[in-house]
Amino acid sequence: MLPDRRQQILLPVRLSTIVVSFAAALLLNFLPWQNIALVPDFVALTLAFWCVRQPGLIGLGVGWVLGLLTDVGNGVLLGQHALSYSVLAFCAVTLARRILWFGLWGQTMHIAALLLLAQAVGTVVRLAAGAEFPGWTLAIGPLVGALLWPLVSVLLLAPQRRASEVDETRPI
Amino acid sequence: MEHTPPAFFNRGPAPVVRLTFFAIASLALIILDARFRYTEGLRGALALATQPFQIAAAAPAAALRRATDFFTSQSQLSTENAELRMKLAEAKLAAQRLEAAAAEGARLKALMGAAERLPAGTTPAEILYNGRDPFSRRVTVDKGTRDGVRPGSPVVDESGVVGQVTRVHALLAEVTLLTDKDQAIPVQVARNGLRAVAFGGGSSGLLELRYLAANAEIVNGDRLVTSGIDGVYPQGLPVATVTRVERDATNIFARVLCQPAAGVDRGRIVLLITPVEAPATPPQAEGAAEKGRDKAATKSRRPRAKDARAP
Repeated sequence: MLPDRRQQILLPVRLSTIVVSFAAALLLNFLPWQNIALVPDFVALTLAFWCVRQPGLIGLGVGWVLGLLTDVGNGVLLGQHALSYSVLAFCAVTLARRILWFGLWGQTMHIAALLLLAQAVGTVVRLAAGAEFPGWTLAIGPLVGALLWPLVSVLLLAPQRRASEVDETRPI
Repeated sequence: MEHTPPAFFNRGPAPVVRLTFFAIASLALIILDARFRYTEGLRGALALATQPFQIAAAAPAAALRRATDFFTSQSQLSTENAELRMKLAEAKLAAQRLEAAAAEGARLKALMGAAERLPAGTTPAEILYNGRDPFSRRVTVDKGTRDGVRPGSPVVDESGVVGQVTRVHALLAEVTLLTDKDQAIPVQVARNGLRAVAFGGGSSGLLELRYLAANAEIVNGDRLVTSGIDGVYPQGLPVATVTRVERDATNIFARVLCQPAAGVDRGRIVLLITPVEAPATPPQAEGAAEKGRDKAATKSRRPRAKDARAP
C-alpha cells in the first residue's frame, strides 16, 4: 500500500503554532467540565499529534514537562501524567512513520491504542499509590479523544497548508 | 573517532534511552510525592505557570453565569443577591452551631468545664470547577494564600461540612471532599455523644463509620456532627445522617453508612473556616503550668458569648 497520493506538500511548521496548540489544549483540559469521564485529554491528543507529525521537534522532553504541568493543574500525584505522557510520546515518535502511512481512520485506530495505553499507565500508577479503581468509564475519554483525531489533524495542519504567497502558476 | 557518525546525523540519545531517563525521573517524583511529600516546592513553582490557564479556563463559565444573571434580572440585583447568599450561609452556619450547642446543653458544659470554643473566622469562596481526577473527589475554589486560606481549613456550606482544604496556591485552593476515599473526619452522634470517625466512601458518595463496635448505640436517622476533638473542625457542625446500619454476628465491627448533610457535590458557594488551633500539649514545666492557668483565669473572667445569648 502506498501513502495517500492526494497528500499535499506542507509548509514547514512554525514553532508558534505548536506552542499555541499546546496552550489551547491545556486551557481545554482545565475547563470546568461536568462529567470528566467523557472528556478526552486534549493535551495527550495534541502531544500525540505533534509527536507523529514532527518527531524530530516534539518528543519525550516536551511530553514530560506538559505532564508535570497537567499534574500540578489537576492537583494529582506529581509525575503521574509526566510518566504517561512520556510513554505516549515515546510510542508516538517510534510509530510516527508507520501511522502516517495509513488513512485518517487507520491513524485514528493507532491513536486510540496510544491514548488508551497512556491512560492505563496513569491508572496503574494511581492504583499502586492506593487509589480505588473508578470503573471502566476511564476508557471512554481516550476513545473520544481518538475520534477527535481527524478533526485535530485538519485543524492543526491548516496553518501549514496555506501558501505563503499566492502564485497562480505554481502547481501546489 | 572514525566510528562516530558525522554531526549531521547526530540526533541525541536514542528514544529508548530518553524514555528510560524520563520514566525514572517520573517514578522518582511519584515516590517523593506519594511517600514523603517532598515535592510541594516544585509543585508551587509549577503552579505559577498553570494558574493563569486555570483561571482563564474558569472565566468563560463565570462570564456565562454573569450574562445569564444579567438577562434574568438586573446585574445590580444579582450581585446583591450573591452577597446576601454569602451572608445567609454565614448566618445559617452560626445558627446551626447555636442549635447544636443548645441541644447538647448542660451535659457538654459540665463535661467541658472551662474549655472555650475558639471563635473561627470564615472566608466565603466560590467553587470554580470539579477536579479532573477520576481517582479522587476534589474541587477547586477561588481563594488562596492571598486571601489567608491555610491548608487544613474546614470547608462548609449552608447545611454542613463539605470537606477540607488540602492544598493552597496563591489564588486557588484545592478542597478534598468528605466523600474522598482518603478523607476522614471525627464525628459524634448528636443524640448520645458517641464518638466515631467517618471515612469517605469514594465513588458511592456516602460516608462510612469504621471501627464502631457491633453493639454500638447507633440507629438509622441519627445525625452526626463534628466532635471537635481533632482541633481542626469546630465542634457541632452537621456532617451526615446515618442511613444504614448492618450488624453482622461474624464481624466485630458494625457497618454504618451515612449520607452527607451538605451538598458535597452540589452547590457553588462555600465557607472556608480558619482552622481551630491544635490544643496545646500538657505543660511539662511548672512555670508553663502556671502560665496556662493564668491564661485560663483571664479567659473565664471575660464575659462569655454564650452567657450573653442566654435569655
